[in-house]
Amino acid sequence: MVTERSLGDVLGTVPVAGVHPEVNWVRVEIEAPHLIPALRALMAHGWVFAGIVVEEDGERAPWRLTYLLGADRAPWVGVEIWVHEDALASVSSVLFAADWQEREAEDLYGIEFRGHPFPGDFALHEGSFPAFAPMRRSISPAPPPRPRPAPRIVDAPGGFTLPVGPVFSGVQESVQFLLETVGEEIIFAHVRLFYKFRAAEKTMEGRTPDDAILIAERVDGTAAFAHGLAFAQAVEALARARVPERARALRVLFAELERIRSHVAALTAILESTGLSVPASLLATQVERLLEISGEFTGHRYLMGLMTPGGLRADLSDADAGAVARRVRHGVEAVDEIYGRLTFDESFLDRLEAVGRVSPEEAATFGAVGPVARASNLSRDLRAAQPYSGYEGWRFDVPVEKEGDGYARWRVLMAEVHESARLLEQVAGALPPGPVRAGVPPTGGVALGFAEAPTGALVYWVRTDPAGQITRCRIITPGLANWHVFPTAVRSFAFQDLPIILATFGLSVADADR
Amino acid sequence: MAWFARGLRQGVDAMDDDSRAPVSPGLSPGRPLPTPAGQMDDASLCPTGALEVRAGVTVPDYARCVQCLRCVRAGAPIRWEQSYRWAVSRTGALGPAFRRSIHVRVLDAGDCGACLAEVRQLTSPVYSLHRFGIFVTPTPRNADVLMVVGPVTRAMRTAMRETYAAMPEPRRVIATGTCALTGGVFAKSVAVEGAVSRVIPVDVEIPGCPPPPLAILHGLHLLMGREGPGRPDPR
Repeated sequence: MVTERSLGDVLGTVPVAGVHPEVNWVRVEIEAPHLIPALRALMAHGWVFAGIVVEEDGERAPWRLTYLLGADRAPWVGVEIWVHEDALASVSSVLFAADWQEREAEDLYGIEFRGHPFPGDFALHEGSFPAFAPMRRSISPAPPPRPRPAPRIVDAPGGFTLPVGPVFSGVQESVQFLLETVGEEIIFAHVRLFYKFRAAEKTMEGRTPDDAILIAERVDGTAAFAHGLAFAQAVEALARARVPERARALRVLFAELERIRSHVAALTAILESTGLSVPASLLATQVERLLEISGEFTGHRYLMGLMTPGGLRADLSDADAGAVARRVRHGVEAVDEIYGRLTFDESFLDRLEAVGRVSPEEAATFGAVGPVARASNLSRDLRAAQPYSGYEGWRFDVPVEKEGDGYARWRVLMAEVHESARLLEQVAGALPPGPVRAGVPPTGGVALGFAEAPTGALVYWVRTDPAGQITRCRIITPGLANWHVFPTAVRSFAFQDLPIILATFGLSVADADR
Repeated sequence: MAWFARGLRQGVDAMDDDSRAPVSPGLSPGRPLPTPAGQMDDASLCPTGALEVRAGVTVPDYARCVQCLRCVRAGAPIRWEQSYRWAVSRTGALGPAFRRSIHVRVLDAGDCGACLAEVRQLTSPVYSLHRFGIFVTPTPRNADVLMVVGPVTRAMRTAMRETYAAMPEPRRVIATGTCALTGGVFAKSVAVEGAVSRVIPVDVEIPGCPPPPLAILHGLHLLMGREGPGRPDPR
């Protein structure tokens, strides 16, 4: 196990300008040329890349970039560099997981990542921002983003690109696929995200945490509680506030309720994509029942409005918690009955088995998180790796499957539903007494908040001014990481497999686009 | 065949029409009613500016309310109704030819996922949209109604305009959810246009963050001329 003190040993011969312990992470300050060796050294010791935080700072240079890495039961590390011009060296050639985050920063901040292996249009589409980089503080000095050709890999006779989206299919989030093909088979799928870019990070700037949490909850409305939790924990860490025990336990209860609902909805979507309408309808009914439980006991079907820095805005009585657990158990049993029948349905299994395979190496290279990573034999779960909100006190397992195909993801989702129900029952039966909310004084500083959202690791990186107002909030979502690996899974599959593979990934576009 | 038999054994999960009248718990988040103002500064309790005190009455603006319940939880004497007939028609129904069946193109203009999830729930057996003759269609060419969710991001403006242009007349637009009505919590975002009505004409507005499936259904029935409008807008 690595401690803050031993970070010096980890970094070895890399010249470090300073190691500064922050509230709940360690800031390693280095000169820009030493960035790649530093990242390499950390990754060799088990740290995993989480994200890049770009700040228009001006304190010592125009740009401050923090490369955030997490590890299993070791402190989060942020490698900080200062950049004096609107360009810096790309790290994607050695750290491929950073690929999309560099391209995002390039488009949204108008800074160039030199030597990026696959530069190309990414976050700005069809002249949505004709004259400025949208995340910059001021409009005038920013150069317009460079126009770039659409990506193209296939160069064969009869090869063409089939565009799908952003408006397509039935009730579907807006995203575009550019499918390169020579006929039946998808040779490569380019995913064009950011049609739903709402600039959530920038809209949170200049607001109090109480105001900003309304936006955090609506970054991904289907994982509103996880987003609220990650954000609230960042604000609580800043103020070194103690959250009452009862609120910590109830947060686990609601987070697991949300996970169960989200996973059952994902299972429903998989069934719909394979055309099995009877079991899909039976599961859709259970999703509705879970939404009704949320609505009845918290006032909101998607658990919004409940979270606040310092605890929860409403209590749940012990009796009600027991009722929630009982009704959820009933729902999970109904889902399990359908799941059991499907295990013997060959036409269903044929559509999932060996389809959309992601190898453990690919999952690690792309930095996959959540059920997608766990179906590819990567046991990554923040609830176990970096326990928060008292998860260390409850018993649960992290289900892992080896194959990395659609069927493995299907099984991981169901196994996690069972684990979440088990957690929910433990918590409901042992709620500590007391208040559910404590005061959080406005504090300046920088801190991390993180939670395992239903779709994977979610990190909020929050910097505030002394009055407690947010000056920068970086949201590192599971969607951004898992959409990155998705094209690998559909490579060399027929067109009709695309919706099925997409469904087994259970991705949210809103969450990736922010 | 085995699934067919299993489906039959399930029986009917759909709510019948009459049971919707008093809303059972969990179907709707509810919303504030105009209430005589209390001792507290009710307006300042609302983080989205949806409450205004006028002549001693606290009046809610449903196009801004996001159902965060902060006013109620702070102890303000705001009355909260458990209802769902929230849709408001701006231009009137589609006409008698559409009373029995319509086709809807659902368009995501940047929603957070909650509105879209509620629209998706409508097709579950519990709400069973199809029994009302309402169908979701993948193509705007077949659509009578465009249902837009989300605050209309800059990148989706063109796609939304073109989807609307591809629809045959007569056509109607439903703006679904607080974001589609005013931009919601993203109203001040640099990347967001705000209301759908700034880009294409809107016929029916359904407030709520997100509006529950029953409220969305009310909006569709309103367009088909099957139901009267809900409570008039207090403003």
